[in-house]
Amino acid sequence: MKTPRKAVALISRGLDSMLAARLILEQGILVEGINFFTGFCVEGHTHAIRDHHQQKPKRNNALWVAKQLGIKLHIIDVIEEYKDVVINPKHGYGANLNPCLDCKSFMVGKARQWMEQHAFDFVITGEVIGQRPKSQRRDTMPIVARESGAHDRLLRPLCAKLLPLTLPEREGWVDREQLLGIGGRSRKAQITLAARFGLSEYAQPAGGCCFLTDRQYSHKLADLWKTRGERRYDLDDIMLLKVGRHLRPRPYFKLIVARDEGECNFLNGYRRRLVHLFPTSHKGPLVLVNGDAHGEDLQLAARLTARFSQGRDTDEVSVTVCEMHGAEQVYKVRPMAPEEIPAHWYL
Amino acid sequence: MNRFELDARNMLCPLPVIRAQERVATLAPGDVLEILCTDPGATNDIPAWCRINGHKVVAMRTEDRDIVITVEVGTGA
Repeated sequence: MKTPRKAVALISRGLDSMLAARLILEQGILVEGINFFTGFCVEGHTHAIRDHHQQKPKRNNALWVAKQLGIKLHIIDVIEEYKDVVINPKHGYGANLNPCLDCKSFMVGKARQWMEQHAFDFVITGEVIGQRPKSQRRDTMPIVARESGAHDRLLRPLCAKLLPLTLPEREGWVDREQLLGIGGRSRKAQITLAARFGLSEYAQPAGGCCFLTDRQYSHKLADLWKTRGERRYDLDDIMLLKVGRHLRPRPYFKLIVARDEGECNFLNGYRRRLVHLFPTSHKGPLVLVNGDAHGEDLQLAARLTARFSQGRDTDEVSVTVCEMHGAEQVYKVRPMAPEEIPAHWYL
Repeated sequence: MNRFELDARNMLCPLPVIRAQERVATLAPGDVLEILCTDPGATNDIPAWCRINGHKVVAMRTEDRDIVITVEVGTGA
């Protein structure tokens, strides 16, 4: 019996990669999925930290997609290697701090490495010409194939008919006639194809899976780099940027204010590593201090904490400040009035 | 059969799955891995990951705020 050819599919959680993998599975190719965790991924869980997002399914969409397709999925931690993509993108950023073209080349490159290590034959993606303004254009697609090192072992089943022949097509591993020629930003063809495959539930139709495309998130990351004096981050930095209301009253420290119980629970995990505050005379949020705050700074932090507590309209709120070494001190403060908080403190 | 433990507390999705995947790769079929998590999403993701990769969730329980998921390593590891 002939051994089936093997393809590794980039599964990005959305519909396009799901359809691309499905098209290749239909041709009798053995497909396994690969998904990369950069730290910037938007997941149902990340949203579900917040109470009002609790109705969103608490699941990893890439795993869910793999389950629907009946394929194995390998989730790879690329947090460290990905830093260079974010910090030094060769092709620059999109509208925010999203290095989309470098990111695509990086991910296809990692999939190509995995393919070589596991004796697979080619890589597939759900890319569509013209779908994304930076990484999925006719002129940038060859860049991804070249810079990733995948070259003609990179097959894009959804738009293959609009592109030059690839190795799997030339060798007859896949039938080009059964591949598609989808182009442009319309989602109609994909939605029709999904219906043909009986797929009625899928995650966001396209994009929206990376925090770096978010204007406010990018602003907070830029602030982190500026105040740190260098373009550097670790996983905790970028996780904390996803949660809470961020205020920077002074260049050398900022506050992260939980907005609801879900965020309080998440920020609780950082209590042993960061100075933190919480009101004790009234209900209110857990507030983390990120940076060096002492003396008057902590007084200011306590007044801001009181501002976001249920005692905001009272004359005095008791706020406990917990230092990193475990010492606790109670501040009795007047809550800061909204007009006392400059707009630029909010990140 | 050997028993192992993995502490994935205070990790958000998909890190508990990634750490479980890395650990399982070092184990033998029949070994049992007890995964401690705090992210409620892990109760969906670890079983989903097990199902598509040929492993079996043999127990799931909560202890205070921790979730404990017990996985038996399958032959597909």
